[in-house]
Amino acid sequence: MENSVTCAKVRKADGLTSVIDISGDVTAASEPALMSAYEEAAQQGARRLILNFTGLEYMNSGGIGMLVTLLVRANRNRQPLAAYGLSAHYREIFELTRLDEAITIYDDERSALAGGGS
Amino acid sequence: MTGNPAGEGRPRGAANWAAKVDRLTVGEGGSRGHNVAGRRLTGPVQGFGKMWRKTYWIEVSPEIAPKAVIAIWKEHFGEFWPKANRFEAPLISLGAGDVALLDVSVGGGVRLSTGVFVLYADEESFTLMTPEGHMFAGWITFSAERAGAATQVQAEILMRANDPLYELAMSCGGHRKEDQFWIQTLSSLARRLGATTAVVRKRTICVDSRRQWRNAGMIWHNSMVRTTMRSMTSTFARRRQPKPAP
Repeated sequence: MENSVTCAKVRKADGLTSVIDISGDVTAASEPALMSAYEEAAQQGARRLILNFTGLEYMNSGGIGMLVTLLVRANRNRQPLAAYGLSAHYREIFELTRLDEAITIYDDERSALAGGGS
Repeated sequence: MTGNPAGEGRPRGAANWAAKVDRLTVGEGGSRGHNVAGRRLTGPVQGFGKMWRKTYWIEVSPEIAPKAVIAIWKEHFGEFWPKANRFEAPLISLGAGDVALLDVSVGGGVRLSTGVFVLYADEESFTLMTPEGHMFAGWITFSAERAGAATQVQAEILMRANDPLYELAMSCGGHRKEDQFWIQTLSSLARRLGATTAVVRKRTICVDSRRQWRNAGMIWHNSMVRTTMRSMTSTFARRRQPKPAP
């Protein structure tokens, strides 16, 4: 169950925003990869974080729990969290788990960057 | 995990998730489902109190496959609960999208009628999500996996107390009671798996120490208050009924 591989790469989208490109599987075992990406973005001085799920292959309930932990850390540092690139299925999972009430979901990177105030 | 064959247009593992619901429906619960029917689901993002991650686990023989553990746990879920608590699943085994009703003893003779929704279920894990009014807003994930020379069986709760009353109750012995509940449950499961000497270990982490005061109004849905009010009302109504003539 936990032998998944998560890749999380950080890039600066603009002066205040960092994008974390997530690919592979997101499960409870993804904690080191996601938290290390978060640390890197924080060190870049990101005031806002965008999660790019375009490369997401699989996510289970442990992965959703991991995103909540990431969300708490971002909230503690007053960094709004947004996401894009979710398939219709995972968008529905975000709605079912009501994670979409805390992580703003956009269709693509351009609209995520434009929606900086939300 | 039960993946979907490639090329069918759905992501791998999509069938393990419940379909989206806005409000819960209860099939045959009758009046017992009154604290569940029509309620919205609540996750750790929605609750009121501090956010906790509580993990309870045991190690059993590696000869017991993780899939076998989860199959037994799903099929006999309520049987492992401490006495005085009741779990009523609608089907033989828990599956994604099922709603199960529970009666939980919260101490002092007070019972809480509530329920859970099966959010996710695969062959090696399953996750329950709670409705409005439940003691906590969150998820409980039950899983089993190979860990070194053993099979590790685990229950992990990611939760916030749902409202200020529950937060107070959790602070005044609720956490301890919950620990006892899951330790007894895992001990019962260990016995069923033949691991009579298994020791239940636990780890508790406060993920977020802030309380979400914007959700204090969730007290309106508090199932403990509603269950108590309901039983008082029905007792009062019974007493008011005219006695049959001798």
